[in-house]
Amino acid sequence: MFVARLSLAVAAILLLATGCSSSRTAKVAVKDHKDRKKAPEFALKDANGQTVHLSDYRGKVVLLDFWATWCGPCKIEIPWFQEFERQHKDKGFAVIGVAMDEEGWDVVKPFAKYIGINYRLVIGDDTIATLYGGVDAMPTTFLIDREGRIASVHVGLSGKRDFEDEIQALLRDSSTSVSAGLVRAK
Amino acid sequence: MFGQSSPILTVAPPQKVVARRNAEVTAKISISLGDGYHANSNAPHESYLIPLKLTWTPAPLAVEAVTYPKAHDEKYQFSPDQPLSVFTGNFDITTKFKVPADAAGGITILPGKLRYQACNNTMCFPPKTVDVKLPVEIR
Repeated sequence: MFVARLSLAVAAILLLATGCSSSRTAKVAVKDHKDRKKAPEFALKDANGQTVHLSDYRGKVVLLDFWATWCGPCKIEIPWFQEFERQHKDKGFAVIGVAMDEEGWDVVKPFAKYIGINYRLVIGDDTIATLYGGVDAMPTTFLIDREGRIASVHVGLSGKRDFEDEIQALLRDSSTSVSAGLVRAK
Repeated sequence: MFGQSSPILTVAPPQKVVARRNAEVTAKISISLGDGYHANSNAPHESYLIPLKLTWTPAPLAVEAVTYPKAHDEKYQFSPDQPLSVFTGNFDITTKFKVPADAAGGITILPGKLRYQACNNTMCFPPKTVDVKLPVEIR
């Protein structure tokens, strides 16, 4: 009995350590350039009251994550995104978290502080949700290429490796954009 | 007619209750969650989770108690270590009302609201509030 329980515990740890890759909802590949559509522009306030436009990030690969504090699967992905931000921010990559909590910063700020989120957060609304296809479920994550086009969409808890592979592919894809001085976001 | 539905959670139209003045009456609300979905119970273990809650606009009846079914603890892919307190499948919520002695007789509709937040194993859905309309005959 003890061995069975131990095995289950080890399996759960391995599952988390590998980013749930063995049970991910779907493997999502980066779309071909010709199939990518322009990511809708938005203007939302960050925690400091500064307006964030997607166009501020032109020239960077952007991971745009729709999440909420009440969303359990989102909490699995957030540490991955923190790691991606740390690993790739100097290569022209940025994470933007769009919190969809109705209570806004009152709940998002304490949560972000508790978790130690190291990337930029904005509060979402119906307008941005509609622009991005409704966002009926969370997490919903868009990977946007350096030209501001949607390269992939993940709905639901995905695999860390899938995200990593796609980010690497997008960073390789058009690294010349960075050296051409197109990066404007801080 | 009196209930509202979503693909995830359905509230059956409540049956009419007959209430006598200065007495108690109990109404049952039947709820069904689709296969693979769960809603947080009325008392989730974690404070950040949104509880399922049934509320009523009490007049002309007074709400004495809302009783939820026993929740069960479940582990999910996104919560492999911490079980969540959830409702799944079909369950009932009962409400005990007190009918005031001076309540007007006749048939009325008592409006209620069911708020819940549901997930499946890999994704969560925004909190929703469903209108519940309970037909009440006061004699």
